[in-house]
Amino acid sequence: MNARAILYEQFSDLEQQRESSLAGIWAFIASEIMFFGGLFLAFTVYRLNYTQAFNEASQHLNLVLATLNTAVLLTSALTMALAAASNKMGWKYSTLLLLMVTTLLGALFLAIKGIEYIEDWHKGLFPGSAFAWTGSDPGHVQLFFVLYFLMTGFHALHLMIGMGLILVMLLLTWKGWINSRHFMPLDVTSIYWHFVDLVWIFLFPLLYLLGAKI
Amino acid sequence: MPPVLQIIDLKDSQATRSYLTKQTLRSWLLTTDHKRVGLLYLYTIIVFFAVAASAAAVMRLNLLTPRGDLVQAETYNKLFTMHGVLMVWFFLIPSIPSVLGNFLLPLMLGARDLAFPKLNLLSWYIFVFGGGIALYALLIGGVDTGWTFYTPYSSTYSNSHVALMAAGVFVAGFSSILTGLNFIVTTHKLRAPGLTWFRLRLFVWSLYATSVILVLATPVLAMTLTLMALERIWKVGVFDPALGGDPLLFQHLFWFYSHPAVYIMILPGMGVVSELIAAFSRKRVFGYTFVAFSSLAIALLGFLVWGHHMFVSSQSVFAGVIFSFLSFLVAIPSAIKVFNWTATLYRGSISLDTPMLYAIGFIGLFTIGGMTGLFLATLAVDVHVHDTYFVIAHFHYIMVGGMVMAFMGGLHFWWPKISGRMYPELLGKMTAIVTFLGFNLTFFPQFILGYLGMPRRYHAYPEQFQVYNVLSTAGASILGLGYVLPLCYLIWSCCYGKPAGNNPWGAKGFEWETTSPPPSENFEKPPVQTEEAYAYPVPSSEPITE
Repeated sequence: MNARAILYEQFSDLEQQRESSLAGIWAFIASEIMFFGGLFLAFTVYRLNYTQAFNEASQHLNLVLATLNTAVLLTSALTMALAAASNKMGWKYSTLLLLMVTTLLGALFLAIKGIEYIEDWHKGLFPGSAFAWTGSDPGHVQLFFVLYFLMTGFHALHLMIGMGLILVMLLLTWKGWINSRHFMPLDVTSIYWHFVDLVWIFLFPLLYLLGAKI
Repeated sequence: MPPVLQIIDLKDSQATRSYLTKQTLRSWLLTTDHKRVGLLYLYTIIVFFAVAASAAAVMRLNLLTPRGDLVQAETYNKLFTMHGVLMVWFFLIPSIPSVLGNFLLPLMLGARDLAFPKLNLLSWYIFVFGGGIALYALLIGGVDTGWTFYTPYSSTYSNSHVALMAAGVFVAGFSSILTGLNFIVTTHKLRAPGLTWFRLRLFVWSLYATSVILVLATPVLAMTLTLMALERIWKVGVFDPALGGDPLLFQHLFWFYSHPAVYIMILPGMGVVSELIAAFSRKRVFGYTFVAFSSLAIALLGFLVWGHHMFVSSQSVFAGVIFSFLSFLVAIPSAIKVFNWTATLYRGSISLDTPMLYAIGFIGLFTIGGMTGLFLATLAVDVHVHDTYFVIAHFHYIMVGGMVMAFMGGLHFWWPKISGRMYPELLGKMTAIVTFLGFNLTFFPQFILGYLGMPRRYHAYPEQFQVYNVLSTAGASILGLGYVLPLCYLIWSCCYGKPAGNNPWGAKGFEWETTSPPPSENFEKPPVQTEEAYAYPVPSSEPITE
């Protein structure tokens, strides 16, 4: 099969086009970091102010499921990286397989997170009218859970966007539009996926480990 | 271009090949041509400007009398919120970057288009969608929090459509981010051969600095408004002290975006003024490197001064001193620009065409706006003038006296390139002068009002302030004339103006080498930069004799 690349008219050569895509995704990720930065700042400020309540609250989260999820997500990062590499080698079917596995791991992460959310809900940890906290300092404990649901929620949202992108890449690879010469869209998706993983790498210790009694 | 085409009627040759040739609705709504997207932004922001300016007009009329006879206090609150939100996010921020920047950046770089043309069109749609939400929120009753959305009022007590308005601003923010991203990548990767960083036009430098702020600051606002809206809808504390939150955190996060945003609203204007000063003095901008780097310095320092909005918000005195000091530092790169523009004028062959009048007006007004900013950055003085009309006058000198003047100057300067036709020069000059006079009459009395102690955001005031308010309202009506006139004669010039030719100003730069209006692909053949920017002939060094 002939691998062909598309050169858009605003660029003078493929190299320039590739570099532009790469610069674009990094600028976008810088923006994303600032987006999450607001939440991380809020969490840091309140954790410093209400350490006791935040530690107490953290112990009610399910550490086992979260650890499992960390493993799932890190594995998906591996399969994603392998997919991008295998595409550059021109191995179409292994690329397709690896992309599929990545999507499935993403779905598995969301499923486990969903189970965790349901469990949290039943334990009365969801802020608002359903919030039921019998221990001390319910106000600040609730603050922890507001931030917990927001941060993991925004992360899950980004993960879903990433999965959507990977599905598009699957289709394009299958059609042959993405191939060993036209690889930038897949590489960009891969970078985005790693960014989403990296957010979790910060969320996991911050939310689950800092207050844990192990 | 084959010489034959130049001899034949210029109008016909342009009509067959310019970017404006195809005039179907579909060709505009699905365009990926950066020049057309720029014009789409222009039409859109004129609508928002008109709505926001009308709100200001009603406010100024209301303030003619001390009792505020025209509107009730609640309506007045909604009017200034509407004015602020629309002017900041739907006019000033997209004004120069999205209109002139979109149109000019690829031209100045010698590129065919931006790096991501489809993303550019998407930015416009996102902007229109966000603007639609904001206008809808205004139509169904408006918002009364002020453009700053301070908590806990916005998140708990206000009975207006805060969440909807926040959603509109949130959505429009993504348009800013994508535009900034597009500009950054384009500047890095799509420069013509020979166009090194230090041969770039200063407008490009200032757009680059602006884009960095757009990409890094806007997402923080998105998150802040999300938290505020969630607190409001979900009724859980993030900022509400009654629910364990900290209202000061909102102010920190809000100003972490909104102070850099102030520089989004002035840096592009500074870039335009650099272009105008060079073109109408026929000289290379004095201290080019310093002017270029001062844009980056302003962008960087702009991220470190947000706390000067919070001197009276129970921020610690220590933090106050630090923020005060850092705010003073911003004056250095700003002053570098002003001094270098003035030095450029020295021994230039100056022609006082309309754009130049706007540019000179800009320098004067920006200087006053900037100097009064130093008053406000001084801790003790700020306690006296905080939340008074002094602050209003200060930032209007920057935003309106600075950015809007620069926008008008830039629009006149590049209008021949955009439309292919000249505007009426005499009318243009008169308008520039009317705008300058009207502006000063509107806002200078407000410095005095503020210093005497009239607080902002009140619909009524003690009688001793009336004379200044009447002056200000009178000025506003003159200023209004200065905005209506260009709208009329620029539209007129599209049909009846005399054809401009490629380079009516005899200015240097890639955009003046192509036809007016340019072809869709910008240049017949890709240009190459062989000299520094603004390589005007060096004026003779003979001493001036009496």
